[in-house]
Amino acid sequence: MSHNPNSIRTPLARVRGLGAAKSGTGHFWMQRLTAVANIPLTFAMVVIVVMLAKLDYAGARALVANPLVGILLIAFLVSALLHMRLGMQVIIEDYVHEEGKKIVLILLNTFFAVLMGLASIYAILRIGFGS
Amino acid sequence: MPRTSPAQRPLSPHLQIYKPTITMVMSVLHRVTGAALFFGTLLVVAMLVALAAGKDAYGVVQAIYGSWIGKLVLFGYTWALFHHMFGGLRHLIWDTGAMFDREARMKLGWATLIGSVGLTLLVWALVLMR
Repeated sequence: MSHNPNSIRTPLARVRGLGAAKSGTGHFWMQRLTAVANIPLTFAMVVIVVMLAKLDYAGARALVANPLVGILLIAFLVSALLHMRLGMQVIIEDYVHEEGKKIVLILLNTFFAVLMGLASIYAILRIGFGS
Repeated sequence: MPRTSPAQRPLSPHLQIYKPTITMVMSVLHRVTGAALFFGTLLVVAMLVALAAGKDAYGVVQAIYGSWIGKLVLFGYTWALFHHMFGGLRHLIWDTGAMFDREARMKLGWATLIGSVGLTLLVWALVLMR
């Protein structure tokens, strides 16, 4: 890559975004942030699902319609989906070396996470609003 | 220069060459459980969507999840969830620079396994208890 010696761009500005990851520490930080959030939220989700397992349809709807339960479920899903999207991206980048295939899989990875998020949040809100 | 068939060169040591250690097995399991949880999310989402869709749809999900194969998959999902959580906790500890020595690494590895199996059994005891 040629570099104009008269350029006022700093060396840092020139390399920013050019690494294999195409970004800085954003991925790492988001992975850790959601990891920490996932710990209490996973426990909340498991408790809710264990309770759901013992309820019939009407009881299950009533439980998910509870605002605290609904908010905890949405929080778990958002945090877990962000986390799993980052994790699967790393797996794809580790094992898929053909650029085209890799980009398609990374796209599908994001589509899957977004679809799961939209579907579950729509469902929880619908139950919460009682329709 | 024409390419001839690749020379029979020795491969670098790979997975099956090494004697498995607890840290290595836990590392592999962390990735495997993470990938499994990616698809396992479908289980949670399907249940919520069915619950929103109506009584019939929820009945179908309940029947599938209540079957022996459904329970087996859910048991696996529960273990993967807790194993990945304890494995992640281990990584968060390592992020601080602590517990990198041999003793601590081995202990953390075993703690991950014992913790995940123990918590999974506890949760399923609660599920199956009437």
